[in-house]
Amino acid sequence: MPAVQETVERVKRIDVDQYRYGFETQIESDKAPKGLSEDTVRFISEKKNEPAWMLQWRLEAYRRWLTMTEPTWARVDYPKIDFQDLYYYAAPKPKKTVTSLDEIDPEILKTYEKLGIPLREVAMLEGVEPKPGEEDPARRKIAVDAVFDSVSVATTFKAELKKAGVIFMPISEAIREHPELVQKYLGSVVPTSDNFYATLNSAVFSDGSFVYVPPGVRCPMELSTYFRINERNTGQFERTLIIADKGSYVSYLEGCTAPQRDENQLHAAVVELVAHDDAEIKYSTVQNWYPGNSEGKGGIYNFVTKRGDCRGNNSKISWTQVETGSAITWKYPSCILRGDNSRGEFYSIAISNGFQQVDSGTKMIHLGKNTSSRIISKGIAAGKSQNTYRGLVTAHRKATGARNFTACDSLLIGDKCGAHTVPYIEAKNSSATFEHEATTSKISEDVLFYCIQRGLTQEEAVGLVVNGFVKDVLQQLPMEFAVEAQKLISISLEGSVG
Amino acid sequence: MALLEVKDLKVRVEEREILHGLTLTVNEGEIHAIMGPNGSGKSTLSHVIAGKPGYEVTDGQILFKGEDLLEMSPDERAAKGVFLAFQYPVEIPGVATMTFLRTALNAQRKARGESEYSTPDFLKKVREVSKSLNIPQDMLKRGVNVGFSGGEKKRNEVLQMALFEPSLCILDEMDSGLDIDALRIAADGVNALHSPKRAMVVITHYQRLLNYIVPDFVHVMSKGRVVKSGGKELALELEESGYAQFEDAA
Ligand SMILES: Nc1ncnc2c1ncn2[C@@H]1O[C@H](COP(=O)(O)OP(=O)(O)OP(=O)(O)O)[C@@H](O)[C@H]1O
Ligand SMILES: [Mg+2]
Repeated sequence: MPAVQETVERVKRIDVDQYRYGFETQIESDKAPKGLSEDTVRFISEKKNEPAWMLQWRLEAYRRWLTMTEPTWARVDYPKIDFQDLYYYAAPKPKKTVTSLDEIDPEILKTYEKLGIPLREVAMLEGVEPKPGEEDPARRKIAVDAVFDSVSVATTFKAELKKAGVIFMPISEAIREHPELVQKYLGSVVPTSDNFYATLNSAVFSDGSFVYVPPGVRCPMELSTYFRINERNTGQFERTLIIADKGSYVSYLEGCTAPQRDENQLHAAVVELVAHDDAEIKYSTVQNWYPGNSEGKGGIYNFVTKRGDCRGNNSKISWTQVETGSAITWKYPSCILRGDNSRGEFYSIAISNGFQQVDSGTKMIHLGKNTSSRIISKGIAAGKSQNTYRGLVTAHRKATGARNFTACDSLLIGDKCGAHTVPYIEAKNSSATFEHEATTSKISEDVLFYCIQRGLTQEEAVGLVVNGFVKDVLQQLPMEFAVEAQKLISISLEGSVG
Repeated sequence: MALLEVKDLKVRVEEREILHGLTLTVNEGEIHAIMGPNGSGKSTLSHVIAGKPGYEVTDGQILFKGEDLLEMSPDERAAKGVFLAFQYPVEIPGVATMTFLRTALNAQRKARGESEYSTPDFLKKVREVSKSLNIPQDMLKRGVNVGFSGGEKKRNEVLQMALFEPSLCILDEMDSGLDIDALRIAADGVNALHSPKRAMVVITHYQRLLNYIVPDFVHVMSKGRVVKSGGKELALELEESGYAQFEDAA
């Protein structure tokens, strides 16, 4: 049909250079020499005033990493990374020690403002008021542990969290202030030897967030980290560790975006979650890193290891992600359902446009009795992008009564892109019930024209239709995040048509 | 000045000419019926007026309120007051009808430089209109046309027409697939919108609809041209003798 041809023509002209958040902030920075060696690892550890055990831990990981090779099984294609050509540490030089938002480098605050991230003083410090007419009368507050490049520059709401007994701080600080907790849990979900990138991260991680919620405590606010990559050629190695002790609850939001640049940037984060008996962790991500320009040049390589351990009985871990950025995404937030009756959830929206490549999904490892998991994945491919859902659901021999429901839907915009679904299912015991549904469809020209005839622009129409397609997942996000995500979805599809 | 002037319009689809020089003039306040055999180009005409991609206009022009319609994007045409009620309205899963109505209405208003409706004003307006069309509020919470019956979909089209207050309404076979009661409700909705400022172009195969929506003019299309125009009695004549007499003329 000619109408389809027209879309193809438009897609050919795709231009993701409109990337809104492409800018850099001028800040002096404090760098480790280029390249990776034991000295780099020592430099980082020293910069952070780490205790000896931490340095040993890093060095062991580094030595391990030297024996490993890069994985190649994902459906992504990129030039070989020269690990000696990267910087492994960069910290903004704060003019003085920061105790409140007012004292933060105005350049940094400006950056956040451009991003439209609601860090700005009042709204943030006073808590976010729900809009009139919208439910949730309880005043919501979001604590922001702003990680700028590799060092956390601001921590707000500390006092209130402290009152509740919640520890929320940069992991570099936690290593010094709560060594017993960090030593007990760090690497207990993602061992240093886990995979190439996780091992690399263990050796050179710069900073990240640490959360500990004590038994029976419901964290009084959503915890939020906005971080972005801002240093040319700097590998970014975030490390996040969240522990929900017995009967506790915490919701953690992560969102990020990066400035436009030419060189590819490696990002290899590790996130570890531990949920004890009756505890629940809700982890939401909106990821919007620079995806590369219209020729597929530049953009972030996002090789992330995220794993949650439902260690206790009746525990629950839920991952929700909105992935719109990065040149390459390699990411499988997973749940180990160790405790009896534990539950894992994975809700994902992965959008690829231009030359982006996404290989993402989840693993649900059922070990305990009567464990259940749910996977809802929505992949949207536009431009010349490739979008793969890769999922693994396994039930151990002892995991009697394990249940899983998986639904993977893919939507194609244009016909130069690809969507792929690769589900692996292994049930080692006969009482497991696994259900899997998958659909792939093309965005319909007739549906778009219907919307446009009613006054929407082509781009608004695509945004609306796609937002409808991903609604089940958007609903899982905390409200204020859902609104941001909805905008982001429309922005990230700009240039996919019209 | 005429509201809509189609002059010598020639349209191609995939290298094949479908409209071979079609002329039609519609003034404010008028109701025009377009009839004609299958494949004569009625839907094509409505699509070209609305700006659906995939049609190549090789000759002629379309003026709307004196402006060149073909220079405008389809959403601009909508904002200017062109409304097409589709023969087969599509479903949009996951987008609540209410959200859709509001997004579309505000998009049009924004394009015209008008302020957006406030939530209470919008809700009030939707409630009024949907009540008169016998559309339950529950239906508006569902995805656009998702699981709607044929009659409900058509009523939803009329609902949007009423809400957007266009100056030109093109109704492509709004009577197909409707039972007598549904037809009456939809036609009443359309008639309620009839005003001296608004024109209707009603595409139909059946004289029956024209008992409810009474046209000022009836045009017969055949093979991509208007081959005869007349008053409402022309529809009756067609009902009796069929299109054969016009096929030769074309
Ligand atoms: N996208 C297209 N590709 C090829 N041919 C087309 C396309 N759209 C319309 N046509 C052709 O154009 C001619 C007119 O079609 P159109 O739908 O306008 O007729 P119509 O008068 O609305 O018919 P009906 O009464 O059956 O609805 C037909 O021969 C049809 O096959
Ligand atoms: Mg037709």
